[in-house]
Formats: sequence, C-alpha cells, structure tokens
Amino acid sequence: MELIKAIQTRRGAQLKLKGAAEKALSTAPPSSTFALHPDDFFGLTPKLSVKEGDKVKKGSPIFFDKKNPDIIVVSPVAGVVDQIQRGAKRKIEAIIIKASSKQEAIKLKIDGKKGDADHIKHLLQQGGMWPFIQQRPYGIVANPSDTPKAIFVSTYATAPLAIDYDFTLQHDQEDFQKGIEVLNHLVETPVYLGVSKSSPGFFEQIQHVNHYSISGPHPAGNVSFHIQEICPLNAGERVWTVNPEDVVNIGRFFSSGEFSGQRTIAVCGNGIRQPKYFVTSLGVELAPLLENVGKAHDNIRIVNGDVLTGNRVSANGYLGYFNTVVTAIPEGNHFRMFGWLPFKDNGVLSLSNTSFSRLFGSKGFDVDTNLNGEERALVVTGEMEKVFPFDIFPMQLLKACLVEDIEKMEALGIYEVVPEDFGLIDYANTSKLEAQDIIRKGIELMIKEVG
Amino acid sequence: MKALRNKLDQLRKPFEKGQKLEKFAPAFSAFDTFLFVPNHTTKKGAHIRDAVDLKRTMVTVIIALLPALLYGIYNTGYQYYIQTGSPFTFIDAFIHGAWKVVPMIVVSYVVGLSIEFGFAVYRGHEVNEGYLVTGLLIPMIMPIDIPLWMVGISTAFAVLIAKEAFGGTGMNILNPALTARAFAFFAYPTYMSGNKVWVSEASSVDGISGETILGNLAAGNQVNYSFMDMFQGAIPGSIAETSALWVAVGALILILTGIGSWRIMVGGILGAAIMGLLFNLWGANALMSFSWINHLVVGGFAFGIVFMATDPVTAAQTNKGKWIYGILVGIFCIMIRVFNPAYPEGVMLAILLMNVFAPTIDHYVVNGNIKKRQKRWATAQNLKTA
Repeated sequence: MELIKAIQTRRGAQLKLKGAAEKALSTAPPSSTFALHPDDFFGLTPKLSVKEGDKVKKGSPIFFDKKNPDIIVVSPVAGVVDQIQRGAKRKIEAIIIKASSKQEAIKLKIDGKKGDADHIKHLLQQGGMWPFIQQRPYGIVANPSDTPKAIFVSTYATAPLAIDYDFTLQHDQEDFQKGIEVLNHLVETPVYLGVSKSSPGFFEQIQHVNHYSISGPHPAGNVSFHIQEICPLNAGERVWTVNPEDVVNIGRFFSSGEFSGQRTIAVCGNGIRQPKYFVTSLGVELAPLLENVGKAHDNIRIVNGDVLTGNRVSANGYLGYFNTVVTAIPEGNHFRMFGWLPFKDNGVLSLSNTSFSRLFGSKGFDVDTNLNGEERALVVTGEMEKVFPFDIFPMQLLKACLVEDIEKMEALGIYEVVPEDFGLIDYANTSKLEAQDIIRKGIELMIKEVG
Repeated sequence: MKALRNKLDQLRKPFEKGQKLEKFAPAFSAFDTFLFVPNHTTKKGAHIRDAVDLKRTMVTVIIALLPALLYGIYNTGYQYYIQTGSPFTFIDAFIHGAWKVVPMIVVSYVVGLSIEFGFAVYRGHEVNEGYLVTGLLIPMIMPIDIPLWMVGISTAFAVLIAKEAFGGTGMNILNPALTARAFAFFAYPTYMSGNKVWVSEASSVDGISGETILGNLAAGNQVNYSFMDMFQGAIPGSIAETSALWVAVGALILILTGIGSWRIMVGGILGAAIMGLLFNLWGANALMSFSWINHLVVGGFAFGIVFMATDPVTAAQTNKGKWIYGILVGIFCIMIRVFNPAYPEGVMLAILLMNVFAPTIDHYVVNGNIKKRQKRWATAQNLKTA
C-alpha cells in the first residue's frame, strides 16, 4: 500500500462509552415492514412515485427529488406500500412498506464493458443507487450532472461506539473492490481511500485507489477533515463521498443488477443489555433488533446513529438510510444536587479539567442524556478549537451562521464542513450551544441563497 | 435531598408558564439551579453533554480567587496592626480584615445581583453566573477604606454601563470589575490614591501612613521592602492584589483546570518583563530603574494579568490573539507605570485599553485564515482558466 498522505491530528477527543458491541456478526431477526424517511436526505424535496396500496418490487422507485428528478429513492424490499405518514403542512415523514412473502426484484441489465461516466451514472440512477453518493459542500445527495474534483471513501470511523469497517465488511472485499472500480469511472483521479493508520485491515489490499492514512481522535475520521487536508474545497467545486458499505452495495449492484441496501450495524450503547452486530438492510424495523439485544434500563432513548450526531427515534421506529449504528442510552431526566461543584460527580464523562472523570473511566462511561447544565451566553473561548482539527475558526463560523452573514460564512469555511463535524463541539462546550443545529441552518441558508 | 427537591418542585408551581409569577421564573430558577443541576435533557444536537457548565466554570474561578482573598483579608489587619504598633495575633489581623472586607463583598453582591436579577426578569432570560466572579473581584481590587456607598455606586455603574448596556453577559467590551474600579478611580480620586487609603484606618488614626510601593517610587521616595515582602504581599495596596504568591496559586488552579488562558498569562508576564528590562537599561528615573522582576510582583500586575486580563469575554478569543493581547497588556502596564506618575498603577488602564483592542486583534487573526482561503480559491480559479 502506497500512501499519498498520512493525516495526523491531536485535536479532538475519543469519548470512551460503555456498551460496545461484541465482535460477532448475527443475522438480524426478520422485519415485516420497512420505512424510508425523506428527512434522511438533507436538502431533498420528495415527490412520491407511489400511493398507499401500490405493489412494489425491490428496486421500484418510491420517491424522487422535486428539484432533480434523476435522484430516485427505491424500495429496499418487495411488498405493498402500507402507509404514507405525513406531518405538519402535509410534509412526507415516512413511507412504510409491508414486505411480502415472495421477494421479487427489478433487475437491470449491466453491460460490464461500457465504462463511460454517463452510462454508469444512468445505471446508478435507474437502480436507485445514486443516493448513496453524497456531495460536499453541504453533505447532500450528489447532483448527477456534476463532475466532482475527487471521490472520498473513509474506512476510519472515530465517532463514539463507531463500527469497525474492517470487521463488518470482512466478507465483502470483492464487492468493495468492484464498487471502487465503478466509482473510478466517475472521476479523473482514482478514489481517495482513507484507512486507519494503526489497523488498515483489508482496505490496504484494495487496488486502483489513492490510499491515505489517518490517525487521531474523533473527529479525525470525518471525511470533511480528510478533504480539507488532501484537496480542500474551493467555492463552486464539488467533492463526492461514499460510505464504505455503500461502495460494497454499488459493487454488488453492478454484479447482480439488483438494488442492494445492505447495512451491517451495531446496536450498542449502555442502554442495551447485550450489544451486537447485525447484518441487515436499510429501513428495517428497530423493534425486533431491540428485543433481541434487550434493554438495560426502563427509560431509554434510541438514536439512529451515534450519540453525537444521530437522530432520536422511537422504539418502534426504523433504521435510517445511512447510519451504521443504533445507540441506546438512558434518559437523564434527573437532578444532581450541587452538581456544578468542580470535582463533584466524577462519574459523568467530561473533557474538562474541572472533573477528575478522565483519571477514572478507563473501562468507559455510562452516559445519559442529561444536559448537565443550562444554555448560557457564549463566555468561554478556546474550548471549541481543542476538539476541532480543521483549519477553521469554529466559534467565528458559528457566530457568522447565527447572524446569517453569508459572505462571512463563505470566507470562514462553511463549504468545508457538515453539521456532524460540530458534534463534539455540541458535546464539549460550556454554554450548551447547539452548534450542529446552527451549522445545519447555516447550510440550509447557503443552499437557498448560493446553491 | 428528596424532600428538598419535592419542596422546590412545589414552590416552582406559581412560576411555571401561564401561572401568576411566570415573569419571575428566571429569579426562581437561579436559586433552584444553585441547589440542583436541573433535569433538562438534550433536545437536539449531540445526545450526551459534558459535565462542565458555566456555573462550574465560574465557581472554579471563585475557588482560584480564594487564596488571594484570604491573604488580602489577613494583610489588611496585618498592615493596620504593624502601623499602629500594637501587639496582635494572626487571628486578630484576620478578624480586623474580615470586619472591613466582608461588608464590601456583601454590598457588591447585593447591588450587582439585584441588577442582574432585574435584567434577567425584564429580558426574560436566565440569570448568568458571570456576576459571581465580578462581584467578588470588585471589592478585591478596591482600597480598604473606600466607603461602602462608593463600592455600591461603582458596582451599579459597572453592571449597568459596562455590561447590561452592551447586552449582558458575553457581549460586554470592558471587564466589568475593572470598569467599577476605573469609575471609582476617576470619580473619587481622593479615596483611590495617595498615602492615606491603602492601610486600614489610615485617614482617621494619626501616625499611620501607607503609600504603595509604586506610589512611593513615582514620588521619588525610597522603598524599604525586600523582594520577598513584595512577593509574599505584606505590603500596602488594594485588598487582594498585594500577594504575588497567592495570586500564583490561583493562577495554577486556573491553568490546571483549563479555565484561565495560560497564553494570556505567559504573554503578559513576557511583555512586562521585556518592557521592564528595557526600562532598566534606560534607567532615567526611580521607576525605570526599579528592577524588572520587582515590577512583576508589586502592585496589581500579577492579580490583573491572572484574573482580569484572562476574562474570556473581554480578552482576545483566538489562540494567537491571546498571545498578542497578553504581551501588549504586559508592555502597556509597565509603560503606563513608568511614564505617567499620575497613575502609578498601570495594569488597570492597560487591561481596559487592550479590552477595547481585543476585537481588532481577533479581526486580524481571523482575517489571516480568511486570506489563506481566498488565496487558495484564487489559485484554483487561475488553474481552471489557464
């Protein structure tokens, strides 16, 4: 493996949480219904292709983007559209599909010899595989008419309780390689593949890619950071990113011609009795999975994703489109007497030196959802920079977003970040500022005003 | 504990939304959250949060202030008894000091917190904890014999004009505690300088006279204190500023807990040392030839650079900016001391001056980052068109 760059950082933090999944792949219990949530695709306005009661096959279009009809989201399963859930202003919240006992799939003819970008793009769109390709800036589904400057795939995951791709994709090396070949047709320079410096796993054997290695604490695994280090985004440029498992899915699609939505997930967290890895599909019901692993507390919060960036979901909700972990942690709606005293309650995980917690929890921490204080004005400075490895001033960017100063947001680097990169800032800041929310709104504004 | 919690939940009822006392909810919350960290859970963003909050941060600063405060209380009594020549014990000195200092602290907290609570209720936001520190700092940097009503007026001025007028905690340009002192300094100069204000009862008891070391030097007099006296702080001066030793203990607490910026402190000491050294080489008057190392331990420099210059709201906010800001505070402090005999203590004005310039420093530091990005964009553009 030849490295084009070894990215290193010391800024950030690796939060040690209890409840990591045991390294053994279990087969997921069957799911009788599946769901797609348009909200999983940031910035996409859904237009339905089906109505309640319609029969669908695996790979049948369910909805597409109003602004860009080439972006099609398809059904992960064959069955009947059971329900279309709508929220305020008739916004589509979820499309529930009831799986039928007989599984049929739409099969596309793939001509392995044709390798031009337009043909590949067309196949990906027809097969419903296109939404797996994401775009920077903004972290939205890529626009098929763009030609990206580069494609990034990072196999180094640093978020709390993140999965180990080398483990979860151990049987999928061939499909991964195939997926990389497909993606290589879409760009001039071969795909940039990020691997962990200490344990690159089978990814170092992948051919026809630009390997780079990463070491350092979270958010070092975030692709935004790698892009900034290797080929920073300028105004108007596009970089695409694909999750490792979706590279596998794309590879598999090009072998079989069928939509592939495999998800190897960890159901973990200290709210779970027996955290496990499951091989399943996107959009499955969470209830059977949760029943399989067991709850460790009565009152738990289930999060689609990791504890820093995930979305809250109810116990009878569904697995999100992109996430690879489902985390459950106890709710923290309890009081702590004099909890603000420095060096009291060292059992609460803290990065601050006003607590001894870092000296203890070598075995990991039990965490809960308590806010541990109240929202306040921004007073403390310098703490955000400690957990933010980017060459960006995080507080200044947040303030620019708060006052909606587009010029300043652009100048301070809004194109180079996605909300997830601010997850640790959410966690660590003294004033309990909702940094991810501010960045998300900032990006929405940019999409609206600049595009 | 459970019983107390239940009682509080019961007392809270009239303050809840739609109830009679809804408007006063921030005032009630301030007391409630003082006893208990609330049961609020995360609503959006990260689902887990750090144990640190603004209360904990501010309380850490107060803990860091305590060594200097306690020594200041003792030194108040010590100076008094030494000057009157009467025999005394440690306890005597401490009691004398406490009898003078505690009422000042009470006045500062009562006046300041009343205004803070008033604004919180008026503006409908929670009471911010910042004043817990400001309210303690104000008496600590005053001369011992300043009348209580002056403490009250200075406090009110500082909180109203320096803080609330700018939008409250987190928005102020000037450090509120220093503004209080500057207000008193210019409004009541006879109570803030001279040789009759620095030792307890100096103005009423004949025979006591206590000029600060810097005041003496500015007047061209000899100084009879050794370096160790100045370092330990058994010298006349504002209540808690005299002991560099105990201020250093506070600095250590602030640096180890990560609450105070070590960059500002080290920068300030560097700036002051270099400036002091340069003046030593020049040596045109008593203050210039006063050794640079002595400059670091006398007067309010140590206290100012550790507790006032590091106020995160009014200091520079970028890491690079903090270095520049700290160094400039040090340089200006010594420069004002040496060049302006009317203000033998330069640290207050140096910090206030740099408070005003801190946003400018940050502006240039952040601009550096912006320029770099724009340059990169421009190169990318050229490549494309070429």
